[in-house]
Parts: sequence; structure tokens; C-alpha cells
Amino acid sequence: MVLRMRDPFATLLAVQRAMDNAMRSDWFGTRTSGRGSFPPVNVFSEGDDYVIVAELPGVKKEDLDVQVKGDTVRIQGKKVVALAEDASVHRRERSEGQFDRTLSFPAQLDAAKASADYRDGVLTLRLPRAESEKPRSVAIN
Amino acid sequence: MNEKELTLQEKRELTASEERTEAGKFFSPHTDIHETSDSVVVTMEVPGVGKSDIDIRLEKGVLTVTGTIDSKKYESLKPIYSEYNVGNFVRSFTVSTKIDSDAISAAVADGVLTVRLPKAKEALPKRIAIH
Repeated sequence: MVLRMRDPFATLLAVQRAMDNAMRSDWFGTRTSGRGSFPPVNVFSEGDDYVIVAELPGVKKEDLDVQVKGDTVRIQGKKVVALAEDASVHRRERSEGQFDRTLSFPAQLDAAKASADYRDGVLTLRLPRAESEKPRSVAIN
Repeated sequence: MNEKELTLQEKRELTASEERTEAGKFFSPHTDIHETSDSVVVTMEVPGVGKSDIDIRLEKGVLTVTGTIDSKKYESLKPIYSEYNVGNFVRSFTVSTKIDSDAISAAVADGVLTVRLPKAKEALPKRIAIH
């Protein structure tokens, strides 16, 4: 018998997502959902900046809205799958709809210096930490 | 808000029928196929793939689309939290002989690739006049 293993990292990601959904459900929160919803994000750090990368294929730039406030980032928008009127559909795998997601960070963000880049269906957000969050070296007399 | 909420769609990793020699993961892009009166249109989601990184070839009646990701931008970044995998895209389709293979055209916008396969003349419907 041949055992076919799925990619263990993909399985771990699915487990992480399921756990996050169950444990950090924002059911009673005032914000929109933080985890487990569309779009999936990858978060990186570069120096003092946070970098968020999200794949949003088929979302138009003008349908995308990003807001930064305090320590949270909100990504919202809608995705439309347009079909010609006389078209008959053979296969339908792409989904459409609207999305709204809020991510919170362990540090205050500098909303004025935040930048966003949307190219080829990939959104890249660069969020510098607020000056007050950066470590400061203290001179010793 | 009466519009449908968009839910997470898991990326499908390619279960290869033949092994690949390139490094990195390959995913099978989510694809819509629809037919209009004069052509078959294949629409696939290839986020992160630019115009110059797409390779479309038709060989022995099989249309293969390969999209390559530019992973350079991730080199200076330190990962903190991850929800999806990044990788290249590849998918093949068998194309019927009723397609005019010389007139296939493609366009990419916002990470969505649209391949238009025009029907061959002999496959177009004909109106028969009654005298």
C-alpha cells in the first residue's frame, strides 16, 4: 500500500487556522473578524517595519480599501467575477464576494508613514512602528 | 450588505503526474471555463505573476499554462506569521480540435489570467436559410 502524504506544512497551516478560528473567534467583538477569514495574509518584519502580504487575485485596485488606526489594520473590499452575458459555464472554481478583515499588531503603527502597493493581484502593506514604540538608547553620564 | 461574504479558498497544491525539476512549490490555480458563441475562455487566478512570467504553450492538443513567482521580494523579509503558501502555478487543459490554435490570445490583469481560445470556422454555428 502506498501512503500519500500531504505537505505537512499545509496540514499544519490548516490546523493553525482551525485553532485560531475556534479560540479567537471575534463573535462578541466590535471589530470585523481578525483571523481565519479572507484574505489570508502573511506577516513579515523588516527592520522596525511590519510587512503584510495578501493575495487578492481579481480584486480591482479601486475596490480595495486599507485603513490603519492605532495598532490595527483593516483590509476591506470586494471581488467580482464577471462573465459575458451569453456565456455558458463549463467550470466554476473562482469565488466572488466582499471581504473585511482587521489585523491587530503588538505595537502602535505610524499611520502617516504606512504605504501600500498593489500589483499583479498581490497587496503589500508596509507599516512602520510608531516612533514612541521604537527603542531608544539612553546616554549614561 | 446583501452581497455574499468572500470565504477563504484553500490553495491546491499540485499532485504531480510527472516530477518537476524546478525548485519550489507548484499550485493548481482556481480556474473558470466558459464558452461564448465564438470562443472558449479560460480564466485563472495567478496572484503575484506578472505579464512576463507567464508561459502559455500548446503542444499536441494540450494547453499548458505556467506562472512563475518572483520570490526576490521575500529575501529581505523575516517571516512572523503565515496563513498561506507562496509558489508557482501550473495547469494543463486538453484543447479540442475545434479550436483555432493560431488565434489563441491571452491577457493578465490584477493577478487574473484570461486565455481566449477562438473556435475554428468549421465549428461555428451556421444559419441555414429556408427558401
